[in-house]
Amino acid sequence: MTAPGVVRLEDVWVRYNGTPALEGINLQVAEHDFLGIIGPNGGGKSTLLKVILGLIRPERGMVTVLGNPPDKSRGRIGYVPQYSNYDHNFPVSVIEVVTMGRYGKAGLLKPYGRIDKQAAEKALRRVGMLDHAGAQIGQLSGGQQQRAFIARALVSEPQLLLLDEPTASVDSAMQTDFYELLEHLKEEMAIIMVSHDIGAVSVFVDKIACLNVQLYYHGSREITPEILEATYKCPVQLIAHGDVPHRVLREH
Amino acid sequence: MFEAFQFEFMRNAMLAGLLASVACGIVGVYVVVKKIVSMSGSIAHASFGGIGLGYLLKFNPVLGAMLFALLSALTMGLVTRRTKLPEDTATGILWALGMSLGVIFIGLSSGYAPDLMSYLFGNILTVPFSDILLMAGLDVIIVALVIAFYKEFLLLSFDEEFGTVVGMPVNALYLLLLCMVALTVVVLIRVVGMILVIAMLTFPAALARQFTHDIKKMMLLAVLFGMLFTFGGLWISYVLNLASGAAIILLSGLVLLLSYAVTGLRGKVKARRGTA
Repeated sequence: MTAPGVVRLEDVWVRYNGTPALEGINLQVAEHDFLGIIGPNGGGKSTLLKVILGLIRPERGMVTVLGNPPDKSRGRIGYVPQYSNYDHNFPVSVIEVVTMGRYGKAGLLKPYGRIDKQAAEKALRRVGMLDHAGAQIGQLSGGQQQRAFIARALVSEPQLLLLDEPTASVDSAMQTDFYELLEHLKEEMAIIMVSHDIGAVSVFVDKIACLNVQLYYHGSREITPEILEATYKCPVQLIAHGDVPHRVLREH
Repeated sequence: MFEAFQFEFMRNAMLAGLLASVACGIVGVYVVVKKIVSMSGSIAHASFGGIGLGYLLKFNPVLGAMLFALLSALTMGLVTRRTKLPEDTATGILWALGMSLGVIFIGLSSGYAPDLMSYLFGNILTVPFSDILLMAGLDVIIVALVIAFYKEFLLLSFDEEFGTVVGMPVNALYLLLLCMVALTVVVLIRVVGMILVIAMLTFPAALARQFTHDIKKMMLLAVLFGMLFTFGGLWISYVLNLASGAAIILLSGLVLLLSYAVTGLRGKVKARRGTA
């Protein structure tokens, strides 16, 4: 398939106060791709997502999202930020949070209408959270909040979904449900998910990228110990305990 | 004759209290949930420069305060968004600059500043009718802006980054919000004084937050609390012969602390029952 490419990064460089965060990143994501990006903390995973969102302008390189510069594609990108990024006591209900995702469709100064409300309810039903529509957002459990934020990203019917550490606050029982939801979603949109959870990522995603300032690998999900070593610098401890290695290193 | 005078100044005091409560209740909610309390304090104190300018150039000091409050709001917004200067540094600089300008202007204006105290600490009993008209006008502008930009301000306060991602002009809206704070400062100056404005902006909204998770209800409650505090404080100041502005703030502060204490105790009782 010769898809035009949902995301295209060419030789992208980002520095914070002189410290490199991303170096020479080349990345391509096609329609219906489900890409997992793994790598250590501070390896630039969130920065990469923010570059794709147009929140950070790289000092060098080219970024194309859905055929345009990132800030021109806003409204067609769904974004689920990291769990800790907001005030959990904020006086806002779940349905209000989800409706915020309709901003691009409603536009400046126009109040949300019936269509927006229906779309918000539909998105909540999809993530199994319609019963909690009226709850204050901070009263939900971590996993439920994460679902609400996914609904907020879905409600604009995006062509690209970006998730930043979506499983960080989700208890393990709910994680399988969560990945099943993503399985369905990838039929409709390209998904890029950033995670430190190598095990889960390698089971559910179609492609993997290993990022630690530089992109060490980008391709199918069968990654070798050498790649992990290059990415994490100290691979042995990381993959030697728990049941993770069995899932990471699939048999060839 | 005397009764008529008494009636008029009480009527003006009531009107001033009502108008102040509307502005501080609505904008105060944004100040509290967006956590721009100290920034708002800086805008309020910087307005003193305008009061001084009014004395120096012999025009209504309230208009001078409006000019300085708006200028400092815009400066603060632009500086914190366009430069790497930390927010609290910018807050401190503007706070002090505005105040020192005010002191110098007043010093230059032959040194005599009638009812300067009422601008610093407020006096709800001496608000002239012309200022009440100005307050009413500003209230109308504030309410209209909040109705028009309700969904924008909600998203701006809750999650600015997401606002950017969905294509909202967050920086412009942020400036607009700070300008609304500036206008509210002007509405409140005559009632509680520029030094205590920040309390009036914060206390009713913080108290309202104790009772609801709905931002619209929070605004209505904050307006209501603002009225109760204003009239309650006015009554206390009359009975005990105290300064009205300080009495209003002291009353609202005590009620707020009391409500926090009750919430805290309730939480403890619940926790104890839970473990028993």
